Amino acid sequence: MKQRRSLWLMLVPLYVFTLVFVAGPLVYMFILSFETRAETWGVVQEFTLDNYKNIFQPVYLQTFAESFRLAITSTILITLIGYPFGYFMAKLSDAWKKRLMLLLMIPFWTNSLIRLYGWMIVFRANGVLDKLLMALGVIDTPLKLLYTYPAVVVGMVYALLQFMILAVYSSCEKLDRSLIEAARDLGASPAKAFFTVTLKLTMPGLLSGIILTFIPSMGLFFIADILGGNKIVLVGSLIQDQLLKAHNQPFAAALAVVLMLLTTLMISLYKRVTHSSELEGLL
Amino acid sequence: MAEPILRLEHVTKSFDNTPVLCGIDLEVQPGEFITLLGSSGCGKTTTLRIIAGLETPDSGRVVLEGRDMTNVPPEKRDVNTVFQSYALFPHMTVAANIGYSLKIRRRPKAEIAQAVEEALHLVQLEGYGDRMPSELSGGQRQRVAIARAIVNRPRVLLLDEPLGALDLQLRRQMQVELKRLQKKLGITFIYITHDQEEALNMSDRIAVMRGGQFEQIGTPAEVYDRPKTDYVARFVGTANILHGVIESAENHVLQVRAEGGCVPSLCCGCGKQPGDSVTLAVRSEHIEFCEEGGIPAVVREKSFAGGMLRIALTLGDGSELVASRHGIDIDLEPGQPVRITWRAECAVPVEEASE
Repeated sequence: MKQRRSLWLMLVPLYVFTLVFVAGPLVYMFILSFETRAETWGVVQEFTLDNYKNIFQPVYLQTFAESFRLAITSTILITLIGYPFGYFMAKLSDAWKKRLMLLLMIPFWTNSLIRLYGWMIVFRANGVLDKLLMALGVIDTPLKLLYTYPAVVVGMVYALLQFMILAVYSSCEKLDRSLIEAARDLGASPAKAFFTVTLKLTMPGLLSGIILTFIPSMGLFFIADILGGNKIVLVGSLIQDQLLKAHNQPFAAALAVVLMLLTTLMISLYKRVTHSSELEGLL
Repeated sequence: MAEPILRLEHVTKSFDNTPVLCGIDLEVQPGEFITLLGSSGCGKTTTLRIIAGLETPDSGRVVLEGRDMTNVPPEKRDVNTVFQSYALFPHMTVAANIGYSLKIRRRPKAEIAQAVEEALHLVQLEGYGDRMPSELSGGQRQRVAIARAIVNRPRVLLLDEPLGALDLQLRRQMQVELKRLQKKLGITFIYITHDQEEALNMSDRIAVMRGGQFEQIGTPAEVYDRPKTDYVARFVGTANILHGVIESAENHVLQVRAEGGCVPSLCCGCGKQPGDSVTLAVRSEHIEFCEEGGIPAVVREKSFAGGMLRIALTLGDGSELVASRHGIDIDLEPGQPVRITWRAECAVPVEEASE
């Protein structure tokens, strides 16, 4: 019993921290989303549903649609690159796994903004990419990719790819190779064995990778800002604008709540499909 | 003799420059139950995987029903495997597992369902089709793995220590069932085990493997009664090994001088001459006690083991022999000097296997 109590005491700081810094702000944000923006500055504590109604204005729905489009595009690309990467990485020897893992981690030691500026140098008119392609004779005129939709997609893929790789990798690691051999033994071609056994059994990793990349790619506004200029507005950018430029805190809160609900919906779908309670690859 | 269903021709295989198979030859007859017997690391699993097509030999050929299959992928071989770990697909029901090979071949649904029912019946798991593998006991999973491998009626069934994970009682029961199944289906079984008792019980022929080679291939009786090498003698039925020098050879009966005495041995065509050194293998149940002749020994201890009396004897040079007797009516006490011998046909000259 005594041990129980001391264990509980040890957990107290954790609970306090979670309450103050996670649950508290969430509750505050939720309440805020039902309040009214003051005429001049700040918030009036007056219940209203207007903030949520506001979201249904075409311009904001447009933003959600655009966010979804970008998220879907980058998630598809990330899946196409990340799944094979994680799959083959799991097949390597232990030494090579470690080396590759290190290579995947190294970029994180640099601030993500700085890395994004790197992409600016690559993409800008007459930048590294244009010069390279022109030198190779692939193109005649600069592509001027910076501040275009493709540039934002590349930035998203770059920023989120490793989540997919790690999720798929950890799923493939756990895969019992003898199952694939059994499938081959029972008459399945390598492709058939992949689709009937490998893909099915690594589905939790793949789905978790999709969630881990889809959700952030709707909110990573700074990527859209830096690589897309002002042309591409994501839900994340919208929230930021409403909060910092328009000073409409209740509306920003309502947008954030909707985004969070969508996220929760996706995770609960994941749980329903895979029957697992943890996201694969997230420790 | 009929055309062998499977022939291995001088198959070699190494992993990371470590030779695992050093040129093995094997012929398996249709409908035969052949066991590859050996301790772990002797190359028996690699042999099986090469037959299944899951490994490619470095050299040599795998011939199935007269067709060279050496470089044919596993899915195109009329061979199925029961894996040691069962390798059941965890995301499929028992029925889907069993029907997998038929579904891959795009057979009609009704046909698959019927074949699955039949296979479940064969392994006595009727009504289990809708369960998931995780809901089954080890023995039941084993049966599913067997059902999955036979549903397609392969020409050859490979079994990699299929009973290794089961407890003794279940194992005995499954031995009988597997044998019954094999008789009923007429499928050629190539069976791997390190359990000599299992091998002796079930097989038509046993191939004793060691260090990537076959030490001896023969019927259980041949391997047990006429082991070719001291390794086989020790591994199959744990025989006593005795070194000596041939004193005389008459009518195939050798008199062998060993450890301060003289014992007989039967040798048909072993080409041994008086003066040659020889290694004898003698089963413990064949050791007899005598008044005179034979070789002197001292009783070290006696113990009961499953209805048998085990008598450990020490010879003049300190080496040990084990004799066994049914019943307990022998008044031997530890420390007592005795003389031992055996009938000539019970001692087999064996080759001393080189390491």
